[in-house]
Order: sequence, then C-alpha cells, then structure tokens
Amino acid sequence: MNTIISKKEKFKNWLNIQQKKTLLKLLTCGSVDDGKSTLIGRLLHDTQQIYDDQLTLLKDDSKRHGTQGDVIDFALLVDGLHDEREQGITIDVAYRYFSTNKRKFIVADTPGHKQYTCNMVTGASTCEASILLVDVTKGLLEQTYRHSFISILLGIKYLIVAVNKMDLVNYKEKIFIDIKNKFLDFAKQFNNDLKIFFVPISALVGENIVFKNNFMPWYNGHTLLKILETINIKNTENLKEMRFPVQYINRPNSEFRGYSGTLVSGDVYVGQKVKILPININSFISRIVVFNEDIQKSESGQSITIVLKDEIDISRGDLFVNFDSPLKPCQEAIVDVVWMSENNLFKGQAFYVKSSNKKTRVRIKEILYKIEINTLTPNNTDSLSLNSIGRIKVEFNELMMFDSYKKNRITGSMIFIDLLSNLTVGAGMIVENISNKKNMFSEHQQSFEKDLYSLIRQYFPHWKIR
Amino acid sequence: MFKRNNNHLNQLESESIYIIREAMSDFENPVMLYSIGKDSSVMLHLAKKAFYPGRIPFPLLHIDTGWKFKEMYLFRDRIVKSSKINLIIHSNKKGKLLGLNPFLHSIDKYTDVMKTEGLKDAINKYQFDSAFGGARRDEEKSRSKERIYSFRDSFNQWNPKKQRPELWWNYNGQINKGENIRVFPLSNWTEIDIWQYIFLENIEIVSLYFADMRPVLNRKGMLLMINDNRINIQPDEIIEKKMVRFRTLGCWPLTSAVESKAVSLMEIIEEILVTKKSERTGRAIDYDHKNSMEFKKKKGYF
Repeated sequence: MNTIISKKEKFKNWLNIQQKKTLLKLLTCGSVDDGKSTLIGRLLHDTQQIYDDQLTLLKDDSKRHGTQGDVIDFALLVDGLHDEREQGITIDVAYRYFSTNKRKFIVADTPGHKQYTCNMVTGASTCEASILLVDVTKGLLEQTYRHSFISILLGIKYLIVAVNKMDLVNYKEKIFIDIKNKFLDFAKQFNNDLKIFFVPISALVGENIVFKNNFMPWYNGHTLLKILETINIKNTENLKEMRFPVQYINRPNSEFRGYSGTLVSGDVYVGQKVKILPININSFISRIVVFNEDIQKSESGQSITIVLKDEIDISRGDLFVNFDSPLKPCQEAIVDVVWMSENNLFKGQAFYVKSSNKKTRVRIKEILYKIEINTLTPNNTDSLSLNSIGRIKVEFNELMMFDSYKKNRITGSMIFIDLLSNLTVGAGMIVENISNKKNMFSEHQQSFEKDLYSLIRQYFPHWKIR
Repeated sequence: MFKRNNNHLNQLESESIYIIREAMSDFENPVMLYSIGKDSSVMLHLAKKAFYPGRIPFPLLHIDTGWKFKEMYLFRDRIVKSSKINLIIHSNKKGKLLGLNPFLHSIDKYTDVMKTEGLKDAINKYQFDSAFGGARRDEEKSRSKERIYSFRDSFNQWNPKKQRPELWWNYNGQINKGENIRVFPLSNWTEIDIWQYIFLENIEIVSLYFADMRPVLNRKGMLLMINDNRINIQPDEIIEKKMVRFRTLGCWPLTSAVESKAVSLMEIIEEILVTKKSERTGRAIDYDHKNSMEFKKKKGYF
C-alpha cells in the first residue's frame, strides 16, 4: 500500500515540476560548416533526449554518410532530408525539442548558406535567443555579421556567441578573446538592450555545452546549457497596453456573439472600457469566455473569446485597445523589409499584406535605402533583390493599426504575399506609422453615431441594425 | 506571443487554438483529419476549445484502410456521436478492389494506395482547401522541417525545398483552386506534452494505449496483436497472451505492441519517462527505406 502512495507522490512531484517549466525558443545560426547541426546533436545527446533506437540508427548512418570518420556524426541527427544527407548541408529550418528540469527548449536550426537567408528569418521571427556559432579557425565571417544583424533586426534580445572547434586550436584563450573583442566592436553600433554572452566550446568533443571537463581553465563562465537555462524570459511583447486583434467571429446562435483571438499584450477584465479600431467606437467588455467557463480577467498570451456590451459591426482584423489609447490607425508606414523573392522589389509594385489577422493590399511608394550588410550602411537603390534588407515606404488599401516592431512583434509586423504566385515574398517590420488625419473620425462624430445607432435599435428593432 | 504564467503547456495550448482559429478564418472548406489516435484526440479537444460555445465548424475525415483495430472503430463512433460532429469516412475503393493487404503487399504499396491515395481522393472529392493534421515535429526527421501551414500543390505534393517562409505567427493561406494547405496545430508538442495534457484535461483515448492481456505473436521482433481472423499465421509462429499496450496506433498488422504493465495514465507517463525506445519504433511504416517519410510526404502522405 505504501509503495502505491509513494508512486503517486512521486508522480505528483514530477507533475509539479513540469507545471513550472518555462519554454524558451531559440535559434542556432552561423556559417556553413561551423558545426551547427553537430552542436544541436550534441545538446540532444548530452541531455539524454536520444532514444536507443535512434542512436542505433545514427551509428549506422554515421558509417554510411558520416563526415567524422569513425566517430558518431551528430549532424545526421538533425539533417533529415535526402538532399541534405547527400550534400552534408542544412536546407531548411529544422525544429528540435529538448528539456531539462528547469526548462523546455525549442531549437530552430537554421541553414548557414546565404541562399537560405529567408529560412533563417523564418526561424528568428519566433525566437527569443540566438546562438551564433563561430568557427574559431575562421573567425568572424560575413554570415556571422549578417545573422547577428538579422537576429537583432527581428527583435532577439539575447545573443550567445559560441566559439566552436576550440579543440583545433589547443583551447587557446587568446584566439577566443580576439574574436570576442572583435564582435563587441561590431555590436557597439546597436544601441538597444542587447545581452551578449560568449562561450568557448567544442561541439565535437562536447566541451562547455552540457558538461565542463575543464579543458579551458581560463574560462570561468557558464556552460552553454546553463546560459540557456538562466536567460530571463519575459513576454516578448513589451507593450503594457492592451492589444487584442479580432481573429474569428464566434456566432453559434443569435444569442451569442463573441470575438475570438489571442491577447497579444496588456490585460483585459470584465467591465473594462475598450475602443475598437479602426471604426473608433467605445464599448465595455461584458464577458470573457474560455472553454466551458467564463473568467473575470485574462493575461496576455491567452486565446480567449470576448463579448461586448453593445452590438457593433466588428470584423476579423479589427483591434481592441484601451479606450484612452493614443494608437492611431494609418494608411501609410515606413517599414524595414527582408526581401525573399527571386523577383526584385521595385517602387510602384502591389502585394497582399497580412498583419495581425487582417489581410489587405499594399503598394510600394518608395524604396528609401538598402542596408549594406558588411558595413551596415544604408545605400541608395531602386530595387531590393533576394535576401536583401532595406527600408521602404508603403501605402495600404485601408486603415491599419500598427505599433512599432520594437514595441510589439505581433502588431508591428507583416508578411508580403505575391498577387499572382501566392508566395510569401517579404517580411516587414514597422519603423513608424504615418498618420493620416483625414480618415479619423472626430470624437464628436463618434458619439453622435453611437447615439443614433442606439435610437435606431430602440425604435426600429426590425431594421436589425447592429 | 503566447507566454502565459510561465507554463509551457498553457503556451502550447494557446498557440494551437490560435492556429485552428486562423485556419478556420483563412479557408473556405477546411476538414480535420482524424486518425483515432492520441494526437487526434488532443487536436479534437483543442478544436472544441477554439470554437466554444459554438460547435466545431468543420467535419472530421477518417481515411479508413479497413485494417484498423476493432477498438478504434468503436471508439471513433462513440466519440463522434457524443460530440455531435460531422464525420466523413473515406476508403480508397481502388485498394479494396485490388484486395490490397498489408500481409501480402509491400508496406510501401499498401500505404501509398490506402492512405496517400485515399487522402488525395477524399480531398479532391470533397474539394477541401485545407486539412488539419495531428503531426508533431518531434516524431520523425523530415517532419521536423514541416511548416505549420504546409503547402500542397494540385497533385497534393509537398516540396521540402520550396516551402514558404513562415514568419511570426502570421500564416500565409493564399492558394489557387485545386491546391491545399495542411495545417499542423500540434507542430511544437512533444510526446510527453501530449500525455501530460491528456492527463490534465481528462481527454478520452482508445483502450489500446493501456496495458491488458492480449493475444500476440512475435514476428521479426514485432509484437503483433491478433485483431481479427485475417492474420496470415506462419507454421513456426505461436500466439500467446501477453500483458501489452500500444505507444502508437495504426493498422493492426503494421503496429507493434510493447510489453507493459501500465494500466493508468500515470503509469504510462512514468513508462515513457524511463523508456529507451522512441515513439515510432512500433511503426513498420517509417523503417521501410531511408527517408521513407520524406518520400511519402512528397507524394502526398499526410
């Protein structure tokens, strides 16, 4: 009997630990052949995520495709596509999962080749930390700068520079320090709250990743895993204000009309006064519905359904904000863009654009400049080619609600979709809105309209005005 | 974006609900693939959550090979009835006519006709423009490269080298007529996440996941449970009763049982934590030939 109780207790404890685990999404990037896949394979192996049968398969594969002689080639764990094994490179983002007692990790392993930059951007867009791999024998390369810049551009706040292959230089401190200083020099130009860590590792040997064998007594920092476990995770949306984009109108019957979506930032509570943009009408929250129950308040990140006190004509893509929010809808904006199409971007072109559950059309008004990656200087240009990064001015078909990307990754970002091919051709990040006064309702008009609607509802219910 | 209370399961749940609602809004004629397994059960539960208090606004689709476990069919019918969902059952008639049989034909051919063709067939017949699937990225190597919105051309093929960039939580659902998107709301869940969620949310699953005395025979190291009289028993094979359960469910001739004493969710979770075999080892389908899953997917297998 006692054993049963203790089994239950043990399970309860385990479940408790699980319930407290946070989730960190990170990406690994760097140049070709600097050992990214090997590093991830090593992380998985040393944190015991690999099952016996996978290990057996891996040993067989290592003999057949391995690039490491008789040693297990950990890269084969993560390079899963046929062509990747043939060529020994990573083609697309591969997602990997591992966990420790403190945290769960989702790793986006991104390709090093320049032609796959858009895959790297894909990986970086949902991550909070970036591991930049540097091959100590090659030092900092164009790709290192490129990937650091993209990581920072996409709002990643934690950079971990992992200097790999230290075993090849006899674990010498000086080479590591030189690389570190050179990188710090480069990072100076980013005046933001960036946190940078440096760790000397050998993915092949497994040094300073999960374990420390003290091959480098001069290094007294944490192992890579320890750094990942202790990074402070906050909600990436650092805006305190409420942002609730309407994703789906839930109308199962005439009795219920709810607005479903995910609360991007801020808090909502029952009774709160909110403003609906772009129609600029105020109302009150009467219910917050989740599965099988109503809740009194919700925190950011939760997928909820909101019911309002008034009947208002609201559609997908509209935005709920605090009633006194200064956010102004706009039709024009300055946008940083990563171009992902083989067809160049020119002034005058039109695209579909999707942002916070709203789809509309956009026209390119101006290409302001292109960033020269190696020097990070802006250059004049009349077009943006595949994998280039630039700043543009655009005009939307209708009123849009944006925050700057620095403030909010969700309400500050958009994707460009080609009108003909339907492909995702660009990633856009809001630098600033250009407010357009003539589209704004005045407060006076707004309250008149609200009174009018309520009178119509009162005296002419059969008109079914909402 | 989905960070809540510093708890990873809440975050995964929120993300999945978001994906399901997004696809419902992006597409005109979505369907949810339902395979009766544990992942399908979790996906169905999340869909209920996404549309509460409304009902699930799309049908479920079960591609029936005719070789599933009896227990699975009974479970399916009961769940569909109690949740008041519209279920479409589709079998590939061609395969039936050919008398395809996992014992006689190569697994490759069988899967290709019964599952892959069956699915394509159904998608074309009902003109679905999107299909939710319960695949997870941690299951198999080529799946780790899968997008959340995975584009399939008009031949239902997946081209891993031409995947659309997928940025933030902003999914591109633009397609032309005849093309479709497979949507994977459970992409970021791992096996242990799924079990934990089943435990915490009290989600019903097929009894075969729990250990019981069942008739099995050992064939090339696979523990085959005899589910009906279509077994092609070999002269040197003996059927014996063993305490077994399944970590994954599919067609019974292709799914291996594992010896286990785990009769409760708690015991299953404990077993998974200490087990040394990955989840899909019970599936003959993945071991067919190198990169098999990738080739199947290129052809249109979900």
